[in-house]
Amino acid sequence: MTVATAPAGDLAPGSSRANDRERFKPSTLLWISPATAILVGLFLVPIGYAIYLGFTNLQLLGPHAQFYNFTGLANADRMVHDPQFWSSVKLTLIFVIGSGIVAQTILGMALALLGQRSFLTVRMSVGSIVIVAWVLPEIACAFLWYAFSQAGGPLSHLIGKPGDDLLSTVPFLIVCVANVWRGTAFSMLILSAGLRGVPEEVDEAAQLEGASYWRRLFRVTLPIIRPTILVNMLLITIGTISDFTLIYAMTQGGPGTSTAILPVFMYIEAFTYNALGYGTAIALALMVIGLLISAVYIHQLRPELRRGQ
Amino acid sequence: MVTIAAGTQRRGRRQPEEGQALILAATRRVTRQRVLLSAIHSVIGLAFLLPMLWVIDAAFSVHASPLLTRPSFTLVNFRSALSLGAGRAIGNSLYLAVVSTVIATAVSVLAAYALSRQRVPLKGTLLVGTLVLSGLPITLLLIPIYIMYVHLNWLNSPFYTSLALAASSVPFAIWLLKNFIDQVPKEFEEAAAIEGSGGMRILWRVIVPLATPGILVAAIITFINSWGAFLLPLVLDANPANTPASIGIYDNILANSQVSYGPLAAYAILFSVPVIVLYLISTRWLHGGFSFAGGVKG
Repeated sequence: MTVATAPAGDLAPGSSRANDRERFKPSTLLWISPATAILVGLFLVPIGYAIYLGFTNLQLLGPHAQFYNFTGLANADRMVHDPQFWSSVKLTLIFVIGSGIVAQTILGMALALLGQRSFLTVRMSVGSIVIVAWVLPEIACAFLWYAFSQAGGPLSHLIGKPGDDLLSTVPFLIVCVANVWRGTAFSMLILSAGLRGVPEEVDEAAQLEGASYWRRLFRVTLPIIRPTILVNMLLITIGTISDFTLIYAMTQGGPGTSTAILPVFMYIEAFTYNALGYGTAIALALMVIGLLISAVYIHQLRPELRRGQ
Repeated sequence: MVTIAAGTQRRGRRQPEEGQALILAATRRVTRQRVLLSAIHSVIGLAFLLPMLWVIDAAFSVHASPLLTRPSFTLVNFRSALSLGAGRAIGNSLYLAVVSTVIATAVSVLAAYALSRQRVPLKGTLLVGTLVLSGLPITLLLIPIYIMYVHLNWLNSPFYTSLALAASSVPFAIWLLKNFIDQVPKEFEEAAAIEGSGGMRILWRVIVPLATPGILVAAIITFINSWGAFLLPLVLDANPANTPASIGIYDNILANSQVSYGPLAAYAILFSVPVIVLYLISTRWLHGGFSFAGGVKG
């Protein structure tokens, strides 16, 4: 192993530059080739293939299963004129923004703030419960909420309508609640860590000036942890937008198509109605929506990113 | 009382008499407030707890129903769960999780070490690309992967299903491990290099022992993701003999109109306990619950 000795001046900021000074050895390719093979084979090739398939009429079974052809924008055209697609987009946006970004950030923030001031035993036990809900396998969570919201189940008794099968009467609300139940721990953990990073002196200074708790929260604390909140929202978006298991296991997208968010819609089109090409087009649309939402966050984070460099 | 007195003394110097009274009042208010806030906190916690209480109750009740019943502390439901195939299915889940964890961790450690220590052409691009991929849910690539598997004749093979599961964790694992390896001081390797050790030997004897917590966390995250995986095995493996527990539970919810709540609750508990235990282990390795942030994708 040859360690190139560069002039000290060039080593200045951090050691990563020193690494780059090292001579390239062909053996390095051996080290990274297994990971590269997996990432190329199961990410890059499928991405390219998806972009191609999205413009074909490939079917799982039937006349176009073997001999499919390029159909140009036919899938995109079908999608634009498919009312089911648009209702899926709407459901996906409500699911991601409502039950993901908004509900989980607010509830996670509430738990993080309460955790700062409530008794230690309360904080520890509530924290553990919320985290267990998050660590549970998704299918276990789906079963739990499926059973919990059946006619005659605990939830129906709680709201005083014991005869209602809530997955038939308000299916989308129930899957959203299940999603909040499952996802909040993540925000709670990230935001708690963010709050711990706020220097106490800042809050004490504002307190001496006589600022009320809420004023200090909105004017001092939240602006300081703004980057943490934004990153948290971005991660929730990434995690929620492709969510399939929870909804599919609880409702299979039904009753009718009332809970068919885009990943479920994609699966049903591709593997129930055999339209693999159309299903891929839906997946591409979902990717575009995800990228657009991510772009908004990254745009919002620009000042912090620039400062970090 | 001691702390109040100390506080009064420290701040009392600025505003002698009045300040003392003010701070005493404030302390009393804070205490009452603290009880109130703790109560609110507990109520939210209770709301999170309720569905879990139901599933535990149902698993131990003879006449389990969607309603809370008096638990009879019977293991009958666990026995029924095993007769529903829980044992075999959990074994299949274990296979998928172990194989994909071994693949993903091994491959990511090698790549992360090279990216951390060696000169890699286009390193910056590779790192950014990996980061982007770690945000790309593999479920969106399900259909092209399925068609590739059809052509390669890889369908219905637990090994190749594990490979796809491993792939979904590799980008994140590389990032996590690179950060851990970056923190390992270079002096150790330089000493080993002077003694004439080769790269592989240095990795195995120096880096792996020093980066063990990071490697374990990456492995546990991959394991938990693969253990709960649903959509990939659902599509890539239709052989009932290979069905993992995630799909086993789903099949049983759908199986008949009369869901057998007790055995299914027991099944879900059997399936959940291993990941809860693993989570607890991993938080010990990283001192605190934050370790998992960003790790678990649906």
